[in-house]
Amino acid sequence: MELLNYTAEHIRFRERLRSFCQKEVIPNIEKWEQDSLVPKQIWQKMGRQGFLCTAVSPEYGGLGGDFLYSVIALEEMTRTNHYGLDAFLHSDIVVPYIDSFGSEEQKKKYLPGCVSGDIITAVAMTEPDVGSDLAGMSTSAVEEGESVIINGTKTFISNGFNCDLVVVAAIDPAVENSYQAISLYLVEAETPGFKKGEPLDKLGVHSQDTTELFFTNCRIPAKNRLGHKGTGFPKLMEKLQQERLLVAILAKTMAEFILEWTLDHLHAKHSTNGRKSLPQAIQFALVEMETEVKLGRTFLEKLIAEHIQGKHIVAETSMAKYWNTEMANRIASRCLNLCGEFGMLESCPIVRTFRDVRVTTIFAGTNEIMKGIVAKSLGL
Amino acid sequence: MIYQLNNSQKEIQKAAKEFAKGEFDKDLAYELDKNQEFPEKIWKKAAELGFIGMCFPEKYSGGELDVLDNVLLAEEFCRKDSTIGSALMLSAFASECLLRFGSNEMKEKYLPRVAEGEMLSGVAYSEPETDAAFDSLKTTAVKDSNEWIINGEKSYVLNAGMAGFYCVLCQTNGDQGTSLILVESDREGISAVDKGEKLGLRMTATSDLKFENVKVPLEHLIGKEGNGRKQLQTVLDESCILIASLALGTAQGAFDRALDYVKQREQFGKKIVQFQVTQHKLADMATKIDQARAIIYGAARSFDAGKRDVKLACMAKLIACRAAVEVASEAIQLLGGYGYMTEYEIERFYRDAKNMEILGRAPANLRDIIAASVIGRIK
Repeated sequence: MELLNYTAEHIRFRERLRSFCQKEVIPNIEKWEQDSLVPKQIWQKMGRQGFLCTAVSPEYGGLGGDFLYSVIALEEMTRTNHYGLDAFLHSDIVVPYIDSFGSEEQKKKYLPGCVSGDIITAVAMTEPDVGSDLAGMSTSAVEEGESVIINGTKTFISNGFNCDLVVVAAIDPAVENSYQAISLYLVEAETPGFKKGEPLDKLGVHSQDTTELFFTNCRIPAKNRLGHKGTGFPKLMEKLQQERLLVAILAKTMAEFILEWTLDHLHAKHSTNGRKSLPQAIQFALVEMETEVKLGRTFLEKLIAEHIQGKHIVAETSMAKYWNTEMANRIASRCLNLCGEFGMLESCPIVRTFRDVRVTTIFAGTNEIMKGIVAKSLGL
Repeated sequence: MIYQLNNSQKEIQKAAKEFAKGEFDKDLAYELDKNQEFPEKIWKKAAELGFIGMCFPEKYSGGELDVLDNVLLAEEFCRKDSTIGSALMLSAFASECLLRFGSNEMKEKYLPRVAEGEMLSGVAYSEPETDAAFDSLKTTAVKDSNEWIINGEKSYVLNAGMAGFYCVLCQTNGDQGTSLILVESDREGISAVDKGEKLGLRMTATSDLKFENVKVPLEHLIGKEGNGRKQLQTVLDESCILIASLALGTAQGAFDRALDYVKQREQFGKKIVQFQVTQHKLADMATKIDQARAIIYGAARSFDAGKRDVKLACMAKLIACRAAVEVASEAIQLLGGYGYMTEYEIERFYRDAKNMEILGRAPANLRDIIAASVIGRIK
């Protein structure tokens, strides 16, 4: 029984995107990894072909597709084995803030560009001293008549260097209850007082332009606030279910990629050596890993179906995020061992995946935060 | 009391710690790792102070010290910096081939130069299509009057392209016979092919070596003709203790950094070290490290007592490298986003740990050897 109903259109979309990636993405990855950046043109190419922001309604240039399109887009991008062109962050994490909470004016102004790839977005929550404890943020937004003045520093911002538009979470220092102090603002990259840092050096996701963002008396129009003042925290919480579900799917897909590649590699290597079958211990290791990936995939398919139905599945999504990201890391590590000395070299494709996948237990809420959420849901 | 060290061992530990503290520079490590460069200056200085080839006899410029002393050195070096520490400790890799099996002339000629920081050494055994038993070698050494003529290709040779000489495992006599032969790197017909970017241990070169009619005198045979495979296995067994010690230091270094961080970092109104889950993570990390330490020290002591417990050496590598990967990974987790950033060093320790797990004897190979040892003969 299939849990998810992929239509012929979904399948065509997947095939189109896959061949796009073959032609436009995969041949360029090495360069992007070295540059710590993907060129803006590739965003535009993706946008022009209809691969960005599939959920946005046709009124604003989008496809008006269901969540399955988002899943397909993420899976296919992940299977290119790089994490620089962070399209799912833009399409299915940041843009939904504008789509769901933006005014008609904001939507008209920004969504068509987001869909076409002319506007690349980022979301800025984390700060140097504030990661897991969002309510402790210190970036301030003081409203003064028709403007808002933002001050503070955000860090680890994906798409931080390329972004044209940032959804910034900031607090009003005058409001005592920090949960009620947070509002979300749209800041355009050209705004005076807004500065981007250089892409940060990191273990993996080298082509991803993760940076710091600096706001110094950055003055934006008050109408750039998303929704009512002080409603930032619940808005963030509302959107985190989808974000974490996507990260779980990302990790699961990385695990699938690693395992498929390893299986092919071992088969090829072994047939060159003229042996009939792989050693038993390797066979069992592969069986255990296949089982883990299937467990992860099955759970996720159920959650995807429920997410599409609009169900509140925050706790189960948190379980899936922590379990799948840890599973993917286990698989990366075990598969490298199976590759032997080749697994020490960057020319071994899954070495990159091994480095990239390590971030998935950290971002979109650390796995410790995931377990905290589940604990609460169990009444603990 | 697994840590009961005598005074001279404590002295070595202290000296290693001080040297690493004074010489291993974080910014330099960042550059060298990025560019895959050997820490030449630090290596020269380490050799001057007698840290390289410490186990060699005094007449070969060594310190005549024990395996356990070398373990303590590797541990302290890698604790401070896993990549620099490994590069230094692996600079004399395979000199043991000479030390253990080489002729006096070879030892006199090469070991002092290794210990004094004049040259690195390497051992070439893997081939594109060999397995861990080195059954089907394609590299051959054929006797031609008073010379060996060597042809073939070796892969994943540590220090290749940089070393002054290599101990090369060659097929010497039909199907069965293999021998180790010393080949200087400046012999005609030898070339190194760089393997490109590596995941970890990026200050230590790993290259392939090609031999095209390379001629060396017959006296370059190391040990006995036909014993090459056996001699190599002996050296690889011993290297398990060394690589395990590198991993131990790497795990400890990652732990130290994570502990510092969780004592500073505040979230939800308290230090993150005050969360029970953080504490238990630290407890598990410390347990893994001490488990590894106990078994490594045990293995080293068995070698020093002349018992050469190969099973224990393999267990040490298996458990210490796993500990290093897991501890470094958990350390990254404790630092959150910062753990993933190069600036905080642990990501490099994690990459190095993963390479250590694969380097030399990989886990499956170690299990085969341990199993053979505990099972004995099957009737």
